[in-house]
Amino acid sequence: MNAYPLRNILFVLLIVALAISACGPAAAVPTATPTAPPATPTQAPPRKLVLMSHDSFNASEEVIAEFEQANNAKVEFLKAGDAGKALNQAILSKNNPLADVFFGVDNTFFSRAIDADIFEAYQPKGLENITDTFKLDPRFRLTPIDWGDVCLNYDKRYFEQKGLQPPTTLEDLVKPEYKGLLVVENPATSSPGLAFLLTTVAHFGPDKYLDFWKALRENDVTITEGWEDAYYGQFSGGSGSQGDKPIVVSYATSPPAEVYFSEGKLTEPPTAAVIGDDTCFRQIEFAGILKGTKNRDLAEKFMDFLISTRFQEDVPLQMFVFPVNREARLPEVFVKFAQIAPKPAQLSPEEIGANRDKWIEAWTDTMLH
Amino acid sequence: MDGHDAALRLDGGRPATAQRPSSVVGRRSLWLLPLAFLALFYFYPLVAILRQALMPAGTPDLEGLRKLVSTPVYARTLGFTVYQATLSTLVTVILGLPGAYVFARYDFPGKALLRALTTVPFVLPTLVVATAFTALVGPRGVLNQALVNLLGLEAPPIRLMNTLTLIVIAHVFYNYTLILRIVGNFWANLDPRIEEAARVLGAGRWRAFWHVTLPLLMPAVLAAALLVFIFDFTSFGVVLILGGPRFATLEVEIYRQTVDLFNLPLAAALALVQILFTFALMALYTRLQARLAVPLELRPQRLTQRRPVTWRARLFVTANLALMIALLLLPLAALVARSFSTSAGLGIAYYRELFINRTGSVFFVPPIEAMRNSLLVAGATVGLALILGLLAADMLARPGRLSAWLDPVFLLPLGTSAVTLGFGYILALDEPPLNLRASPWLLPLAHTLVALPFVVRSLLPVLRGIQPHLREAAAVLGASPWRVWREVDLPITSRAVLVGAVFAFTVSLGEFGATALIVRPQFPTMPVAIYRFLGQPGELNYGQALAMSALLSLVTGVGILVIERARYGGMGEF
Repeated sequence: MNAYPLRNILFVLLIVALAISACGPAAAVPTATPTAPPATPTQAPPRKLVLMSHDSFNASEEVIAEFEQANNAKVEFLKAGDAGKALNQAILSKNNPLADVFFGVDNTFFSRAIDADIFEAYQPKGLENITDTFKLDPRFRLTPIDWGDVCLNYDKRYFEQKGLQPPTTLEDLVKPEYKGLLVVENPATSSPGLAFLLTTVAHFGPDKYLDFWKALRENDVTITEGWEDAYYGQFSGGSGSQGDKPIVVSYATSPPAEVYFSEGKLTEPPTAAVIGDDTCFRQIEFAGILKGTKNRDLAEKFMDFLISTRFQEDVPLQMFVFPVNREARLPEVFVKFAQIAPKPAQLSPEEIGANRDKWIEAWTDTMLH
Repeated sequence: MDGHDAALRLDGGRPATAQRPSSVVGRRSLWLLPLAFLALFYFYPLVAILRQALMPAGTPDLEGLRKLVSTPVYARTLGFTVYQATLSTLVTVILGLPGAYVFARYDFPGKALLRALTTVPFVLPTLVVATAFTALVGPRGVLNQALVNLLGLEAPPIRLMNTLTLIVIAHVFYNYTLILRIVGNFWANLDPRIEEAARVLGAGRWRAFWHVTLPLLMPAVLAAALLVFIFDFTSFGVVLILGGPRFATLEVEIYRQTVDLFNLPLAAALALVQILFTFALMALYTRLQARLAVPLELRPQRLTQRRPVTWRARLFVTANLALMIALLLLPLAALVARSFSTSAGLGIAYYRELFINRTGSVFFVPPIEAMRNSLLVAGATVGLALILGLLAADMLARPGRLSAWLDPVFLLPLGTSAVTLGFGYILALDEPPLNLRASPWLLPLAHTLVALPFVVRSLLPVLRGIQPHLREAAAVLGASPWRVWREVDLPITSRAVLVGAVFAFTVSLGEFGATALIVRPQFPTMPVAIYRFLGQPGELNYGQALAMSALLSLVTGVGILVIERARYGGMGEF
C-alpha cells in the first residue's frame, strides 16, 4: 500500500469530497434567513415570493429576514445576467412568469419594459418620500428604487505626478494633453458604456455626437467590452487595477467603494469622479410586479418594503448606488466620498427607447468598423 | 470490409450461439436514452426559440434573414470567425502533437500532475484568464517591466493586448489539453512496433512518422482538432475580452443581437448560420473519419512507454515540457501569485476575506459551500455524461447510414450559441414536469449537453480501433453482447472513458456554456462567486475573485488527479 502514497492521499480527498457532498440536498438550498426562528406549529408555512433581478442586485441578510418575518414569507432570488439579459428573459417568459417581482429596469431599458407590457400597476406606500423627477411612469407599473451617476473617474496619483489638470468637460477629452488616456466601455455591451454614449448624445446633440467620437478615436481612446475589463484591466487608478490608462468611465460611487473595500487601509480614495455639468448620466433603477403573479398581495408588500427606509438605507453599501427615498440616511463613506453631479446630462426614456439601437449602430460603425 | 461485416453480424445477433434476441433489443432500446436526452434538452428548446424568433405570428417572418444577407458586416463576421478558428486550431494542433507524443511514449516523474495542470485552464473564466495574461504581458506586466528595465526602454515593447495574436495564444492556452489528451491517449495505445518495423525497413524518423504513424493517428487528430475548431469557432469570452471590441465572432454578434438589441429574428438567423456551418463541418468530418478508421492491434500503455534515456529523447521531452510550462503554467502561476500579493505585501488576506460576510449580504457565498455545490454539479454531470456518452458511442461505433447522420448531431450542442439555447430553455421548459427554467437541476443537464461531445469524441476513435475478431472470439466462446461489451470494449476503452470523464468534470466546473442560464444565488457555484466579486470595484473584491479562481484551479487539479486514479478493478488496463 505504501508504494502509492499519492493514491492514498487522493483516496482520502475523494472520501472527504463525498462526505461533503453527502450532507447534500438538505443544505444544498440554504435558506436566506438562518437568523429567522423556525415557524411555530400553529403558524401557516411561509409563503414563497420570487424576486428576479440582474446580477448586481444585493441586500443585507438581516434586512430581507425582517421582511420575511413580518409577512411570514420566504424570499427566493433569481439572477438572470446583466440588466439587458435579465429584462429580456422576463419578457420572454411573460406567459408563464418566473417570478413575482422584477428588480433592475433602468431608464435606458425603461421603454422596452413598458412596451413589452410585463408589469402590473401598483402605487406602493411611501411614494411621497421619493423625489418626483425619479417617477418616470405616471401609472407606476415601474417604481424607482435607486439611482447613480455614471461619470468619468480618474487616477489621482497620475495627474498629480504629471502636474496635469484632470479633465472637467467632455471637450477636454479630445485635447492633445489627454491623448491616449481614456478608456470607455462599448455601449452595445455595457451599461456604463451606453450611459456615456447617451451623455455625449445629450451634450452634443444627435447630429454632432459622432463628430466628438471621431475626435476621441483620433485621440486614441481605448474601448473595452465591459466595465470589469475597463476598470481592472485598462484603468490605472483602482487598487488591483492593472492597466495604464488614468481615465475611465465608471460610477460616481466607485471612489467610496475603493475606500470601503480596502479593509480600512485607505482613508482617501485613489480615484475621483469628474462631475462637471453635462459630463455624467443619471441611471435610475426601477422595480415592478410581474403580470401573472399568483402572489399579488405579497408582491405589493415587497414593493412597499423596497422603498421603505429600512431597505433604502441598506442600498448604498450593498449596491453602491443612492436610495431614492429622501428619508434614508446615507452611510459615512458615502457622505464623505460620494460625489453627486449637480447637472447630469438629460434624455427622456422615450427618446432613449426610440433611438438607442440607432445610436449604438452608428457608434459601432464609427468606432469599430 | 470484413471488419464492418463482423461488427454488423455481432450487432444483428445472427450466428452466435449464446445471444438472446431480447438482450440485443434491450441494448438497442438503451440507445434511445442519449437520443431522447438530445431531443428534450437540445432540439426542443432550440426549435422553441427559433420559432418564436422567426415566426412570431405563426407565419414565417424572414426579416432577420433578409437583414443578414443584405448587410455586409455579417459576412465579414463569419469570415473572421472562420479565419481565427482555423488559425487557432492549426497552431494548437502543431504545438500539441509533439506534446501528445511525449505523453504517449515517455514516462517521467510528475507526469500525472503535469497532465492534470494542463487541463486546469479549461475551467477558468475568461475574465480571470485575462487577468493572468495582463499580469504577464500587459502594459504593466512582469515581462514588459523586465524588458523595460533591462533594455532601458521608454515604452513597453510587448503590445499584445487586444490583438489577434493574443486571441490565438489564449485559444491555445484553453485547448492544448484537448490535443494532449485525446491524441496522446490514442497514441499511447498504438503499437510502437508498427513504426519500428518501418524504421527497420529503412525509413527515416520523419518518413516513418509521415507515412505510418500519422495516418494511424489521424482519427484521433481529426477528432481532437474538430473539437478545438468548434470551440474556437464559437469563442465568446476570449474574443470579447482579450480581443476587445474590434473583433467579433458570430457568437459575440448573436449575444449582442439577443441581449443588447433584443433583435431575436436577426439573432436566430445568425444562430442558424452557426449551426448549419457546424453541421456541415461535422458531416464532412464524419465522412473522412469513416474512411480513416482502421481496426488496430491496440497495446496496453505500460508496454508502449519508456523513460527518455538518449540525449535526443531527453532534449525533445525537455523542450516540450518547457513549452507547456511557458504557455500553460506561467499564466496559472501568475494568477496564483497575484491572489497572494495584497497591497500590504504577500499574504493570505484575500483568502481569509472569502470566509467573512463583511457586508452582511444575503448572497454571501461561503467558499466551502461554493466548492461543494460545484462538485455536486460536476459529479452529476460526469455520471450523466458517461452513461449517455457510452451508450451514444456504442451506437455510433457501428458503421451504417444511421450513425453517419447521428454522429454530427451529437456535436451540435457545442456549435450552438449558448445564449440562444439559454433563451430557448426559458421558452420551452416552462411547464411541469419540465419546469426547469430556474431549477438547480438544469445545471448538470446543460453541462452534460456540452460534456457529451467530449465523451463521445474521446471514445469513438478507440472503439472503432478495436479489432472485430476480439469481439467475435468472445461471442463465439458464448459471451452475451453485454458481456462482450464489458470484457472487451470496456477494458480497452477504459482510458478513453477516463479522458471523457475528465472533460465532463472540467466542463462542469468551469460552467462552460451555462453562463446564459438563470442563476439561483442560493445555490452558488464557484464561477458564480467569482463573477460576483468581479462586479464591484475595490481591492478586496478583486482579490477575492483571484483567490476564488485559485481555489477553483486547485479543486479542478485535485479532481482530475482523483478521476485519473480510478481503476477498473481486476480488469485488464489499457
